[in-house]
Amino acid sequence: MMAYIIRRLLYAIPILIGVNLITFVLFFTVNTPDDMARMHLGMKRVTPEAIEQWKQERNYDKPLVYNSSAEGMAKLGDTIFAEKSLALFAFRFGSSDNGRDIGHDIRQRMWPSLAIAVPVLMLGLLLYITLALLLVFFRSTYVDTWGVVLAVVMMSISSMFYIIGGQFLIGKFLQLVPISGFDTEDAWKFLVLPVIVGVVGGIGGTTRFYRTLFLEEIHRDYVRSARAKGVSEMRVMFVHVLKNAMIPILTGVVAALPLLFMGSLVSESFFGIPGLGSYTIDAINSQDFAIVRSMVFLGSVLYIIGLILTDISYTLVDPRVRLQ
Amino acid sequence: MDVRLPLKLPEFMQEEKNFSPVDFDETSSFRRRPESSVPVKPMDDPGLRRDNGNCGAACLYLPLLAILLLLGGCEDAWNNPYPAKDDNANIYYSSFAERPKHLDPARSYTSSEWAFISQIYEPPYQYHFLRRPYEVVPLTAAAMPQIRRLGPDGAELMDDDEAPAFTEYVIQIQPGIHYQPHPAFATDAQGKPLYTKDWQGLQQVHQLSDFDSTGTRELTADDYVYQIKRLGFAPLHSPIASLMKDYIVGLKEFASQLDQAYAKLQQQSGEEQPWMDLRQFDLEGVEVVDRYSYRIRLKGEYPQFIYWLSMNFFSPMPWEAERFYHLPGLRERNITLHWYPVGTGPYYLAENNPNLRMVLEKNPNFRGERYPLSGEATDAADGYLADSGRDMPFIDRAIYSLDKESIPRWNKFLQGYYDVSGIGSDSFDQAVQFGTGGEAELTDAMQEKGIELLTSVSTSIYYFGFNMLDDLVGGDSERARLLRQAISIALDYEEFISIFRNGRGKVAHGPLPPGIFGYREGVDGINPLVYRVDKGAPVRRSIEEARALLERAGYPNGRDPETGKPMILNFDTAATGPDSKALLSWYRKQFQKLGIELIFRTSDYNRFQEKMLKGTAQLFSWGWNADYPDPENFLFMLYGPHSRVKHHGENTANYSNPEFDRLFDRMKFLPNGEKRQQIIDQMIAIVRHDAPWVWGFYPVDFVLHHQWYRNAKPNLMANNTLKYKGIDTEARADLRQVWNKPVVWPVVLVIILLLLSLLPAIYLYRRHERSTAR
Repeated sequence: MMAYIIRRLLYAIPILIGVNLITFVLFFTVNTPDDMARMHLGMKRVTPEAIEQWKQERNYDKPLVYNSSAEGMAKLGDTIFAEKSLALFAFRFGSSDNGRDIGHDIRQRMWPSLAIAVPVLMLGLLLYITLALLLVFFRSTYVDTWGVVLAVVMMSISSMFYIIGGQFLIGKFLQLVPISGFDTEDAWKFLVLPVIVGVVGGIGGTTRFYRTLFLEEIHRDYVRSARAKGVSEMRVMFVHVLKNAMIPILTGVVAALPLLFMGSLVSESFFGIPGLGSYTIDAINSQDFAIVRSMVFLGSVLYIIGLILTDISYTLVDPRVRLQ
Repeated sequence: MDVRLPLKLPEFMQEEKNFSPVDFDETSSFRRRPESSVPVKPMDDPGLRRDNGNCGAACLYLPLLAILLLLGGCEDAWNNPYPAKDDNANIYYSSFAERPKHLDPARSYTSSEWAFISQIYEPPYQYHFLRRPYEVVPLTAAAMPQIRRLGPDGAELMDDDEAPAFTEYVIQIQPGIHYQPHPAFATDAQGKPLYTKDWQGLQQVHQLSDFDSTGTRELTADDYVYQIKRLGFAPLHSPIASLMKDYIVGLKEFASQLDQAYAKLQQQSGEEQPWMDLRQFDLEGVEVVDRYSYRIRLKGEYPQFIYWLSMNFFSPMPWEAERFYHLPGLRERNITLHWYPVGTGPYYLAENNPNLRMVLEKNPNFRGERYPLSGEATDAADGYLADSGRDMPFIDRAIYSLDKESIPRWNKFLQGYYDVSGIGSDSFDQAVQFGTGGEAELTDAMQEKGIELLTSVSTSIYYFGFNMLDDLVGGDSERARLLRQAISIALDYEEFISIFRNGRGKVAHGPLPPGIFGYREGVDGINPLVYRVDKGAPVRRSIEEARALLERAGYPNGRDPETGKPMILNFDTAATGPDSKALLSWYRKQFQKLGIELIFRTSDYNRFQEKMLKGTAQLFSWGWNADYPDPENFLFMLYGPHSRVKHHGENTANYSNPEFDRLFDRMKFLPNGEKRQQIIDQMIAIVRHDAPWVWGFYPVDFVLHHQWYRNAKPNLMANNTLKYKGIDTEARADLRQVWNKPVVWPVVLVIILLLLSLLPAIYLYRRHERSTAR
C-alpha cells in the first residue's frame, strides 16, 4: 500500500503543475498585471509611473511564462509563472498583493471554516442516512413517494434561498440566533444558523442519493438471509444495509474531508464568517492573484489527499480491495 | 485573531464512529431459516429493544422542549451578536462591507479606510463639524497657517495681483499633544527603545498586544515633516505623490534621491524591505522651524492646498513607528503600519481583524477637544448644539463588524444591533415613502421604532460622457455639438432617478453639485440647453426639440444621411450581468427616442479602463466624488491638460476648450467671491454649450439612525466625526430587549408535530416486526 501511496503522491506533482498553469492562464487572460496594479492602487490619481513601480516591486514586470531576453534555464525561470508558482510546492504562499502574509491568514481563517463545515458534515451525514433509511423502510408506500417528491423539490431550490430563508425565519422572525456575524466568544451562537442552513440545504439531494444506494442493497441475498435469521428490520437497515452501502458514501465523504478547510464561498459571505471561503471570494473580487493561486493550489492538494484517503478507506471498508 | 473553537464531537457521532466495516462473510454464515419460520418474539428482537430508544428520543426531546419553553420566558435577547456584558456599555456599533486594504495615511485613499484612520490620525486641520458651507478649522494646529506669497528671489510679495513664484505655509501645532500608547515608544531604563531587533521575545509575538510595554511621546513638528517625506517615498505608493511633486518644492528631486538610496540600502542589507530612516534626507520645500512649527513651500500658488492639509495624507508619523514595524518577523505576522496605525487622535485601533471586526478604543492620551459652540442657524433647533463645549469623544469604544451582505446588515439595524444604516434598494420601500409633495419620509414601521432619517445631497456627480476624441460624437464641430445637445435632452435623468435610484438623486445642470462654491440654485442654475423654465421650475425640453437639433446636426430622424440607415452609437460600459439588463434597456430606450441605435460594448472594469486610457470608448458613464469642497475639484475634470488619453488625468471625456482652460487657470487661484462666481458661471456656460457630458445627477444620501444616536448631522467632507457622536446606552439596551424577544412557540410546535409524526412510524414498525413472513 505504501508504494501505491508514494506513486499517487508523485502523480500529484504534474497534476499540481497543470492546475497552477491553468489557474495562471485563466487569471492572466482576464487580468493583466496593469489591471491588478490599478485595482490595488485605487481608482483616483493613479499614474503610469505608480503602476510600473507596483509591478516592479512584485515582479509582475517580468514576462508571463517565457523570458526571451534571459539565458538558459532563466528563459523559463525568470518569469512570473515560475516565480509565483514554484514556491507553492514548498507551501510558501508569500504575501498577498496588499502585503499581508497569506500563510498567516490561512492558518487563522481555516478554523471558522472548519467550525461550520465539520458540524454540517457530521450532522448532515447522520440526518441524511437516517432519512434515507426511513424512506427505504417505507419503500413503495406513500411515505416513500412523498418523501422522494419532497427531496426533489428541496434539491431544486437554490442554496441562496435556504440562506436567506433561514436568516429570515430563524434570525429575523423567531429571533433565536444572530442573523450573521462571528465571534470566538460564544461561537456556537453564530454557528447554529449556518449549520442548520447547511444541513437542511443538503437534505434533498443527499437523502435521495443515499436512498438509491440503500435500495440497491435492500434486495440483496444477505439482507434476505438476515431477515430469515430473524434479525430485526432496524438492525438489518442500520447494520447490514448501511455497512454494505458505505463504499459510495465514503467516496463522497472522505474525499470531501480535506476540503472542509476550504470553507463555503457563498455561505461564509452571507453569514459573515471569516473563513477561507470568504477569503477566496474576496481575493477573486479584488483580483489578488497571490491569494487566488494559493487557495487554488491548496484546494488541489487537499483534493488529491482526499482522493488518496478515499482509496485507503476502501481497503478498510472492503477487505477485498487491495491497493497495489 | 486566534480562533480556537471547542469543537467537541457530539455523542451521536461518537456512536456513528462505531460503525464497523462490513464483514462480507457474516451474511454467508447466517443460518437460513425456512420461509415459514415462526414469528419473532418481540422481546427477543433487538430491534424492538430499540423501541425503547424511540421512547428515549422522546425523552430527549422533552427536556429540550422544557428548556425552550423556559427560555421563552427569559428576558434576554438570544440573537444579540455581542456579549451580554456590553449591553449597557458606551459602545458605537457599525458595520463595514469591504475590508480596508491600507491604513497607512500616506497610502489610504478610500472612504472605507478613512472611516477608521480619520479617528486615529490627526492632520493639522479639519472641517468644522456643523458649519456650512464647509469651513476648514485647526485640529492639532494652534491657528490657521500663516501664508506668505513669495517672489522668485524668496522675498515676500506685497502686490496681491502679482503671481507668486512660491507660496509658503507656516503651521504651528499645539504643544502637549501625545501619541496613543504604543510599543514603538516603549523605552528601557536608559531611555533607549525597548523593542529592537535584538529583543529576545520577538519570536513569541503574534499580535501587537503581545508586546507588554508601551510608551508615548509628545507630538512635534518633526512628525509632520517626516510624513510629508513619506509621500515622496515610492514604495509607499502614495496616490497624491505625483500631484504633490508638482507643488511641493523639491519633492520630485527628493523622491529620486530616496529611490537611489533605497536601492543601495536593499543591496547592502539583503532585505527586501529594509527600513530607511527618512530623517537623514532633507526635503528642500519642507522644514522644521522649531519644535512646534514647520514650513511648507509650494511652487506658485495652490489655494486648495489647505484642503489637503485637512486630509490624512498630512497626518504626523513618528519615525519610531516605522522603525518598530520593520523589526524582523513582524511583517510575516501582518504587524505592519498598514494594519496598526499610530496616532494622536481620540481613538486608537485596539483590534484589527479586517476579516471579522475592527475595534476603536478611546485614546487614554488624547489631549481633549470641545464640541463646537456654534453651527448653522437651524442646528440649535435640531439639537446639534446640546453638547456644545463638552469634552469629546463621547463614545468609549466603536465596534465595526464585517457584514458584506445588505440583507443581514439591514435586519441587524432593525434589531438595534447597528446604530446607523444606509438604505439598500432591497429595503428602500420598507423604510421610505414619498409624501404628496414628493418629500421623502419614513414609513410607519420605521416611525414606530423611532428611527430617524437624514438626507443630504452628496458632493458627487454621476455623468454620461462623450469621448471628445471620437470622430462622430467628439470634437468641436457644430454637427457633433448639436448631436451631443440632442442626446442631452433625450437622456431623461428624472426618469433614471425615479427608476434606478428610488428618487435618491438630484438632476444635475452642470458639473458642480450643491454645497460646492459656484453652484447656483433656482432659475439661475438651470441648464437652458436642456431645460426651459416654467413658473420658475425647470422642465426638460421636449423630444421634438431634441429631434430638431439632431436634424440640424445632419441626422434627420436619427438616420445617417449617407446610408439612410439609423445612426449607430456605441456605449462602452462595465455594467454586465443580469442586474444591468434593465439599466442598459433604459439607455437603449432613450436613444431610440431619437431614432439612434445604441450598441453596448460591455467588458469588465479592467477592459473598460483600458479603453478609456486608449481613447477607444465612444459613450460611457462615470462618476466623481469630491476630495474637497472647492469647484476646482470638479471643473478640473474638464480641463484640457488633465485629459485621460494624453495626460492620464481625470478628464475622462478628453474635453479641451482653450477658453475654458484659460478661465480655469484664473478661477483656481481666486478666493470664493463674486469674481470667482462670475468666472465659474462663464465656464459652466461653455461646457453646457459644448456638452462633453450629459450632466447626469448628484446622488442624495439617505441615512437612518436610531433614536439613541445623537449629533448625527451629515458632514460629507469630514471623516473624523466619530468623536462628535453620542449614544444613549440605556435607551438602546431597553429597546433591544423589547424588539428582540425570542419567539419560541413555532419551534415547540414543530417539535410536537415531529413527535406526533413519529407515532405512525413507530406503529407501522411494530406492526411490521410482529407480522409473520409471507
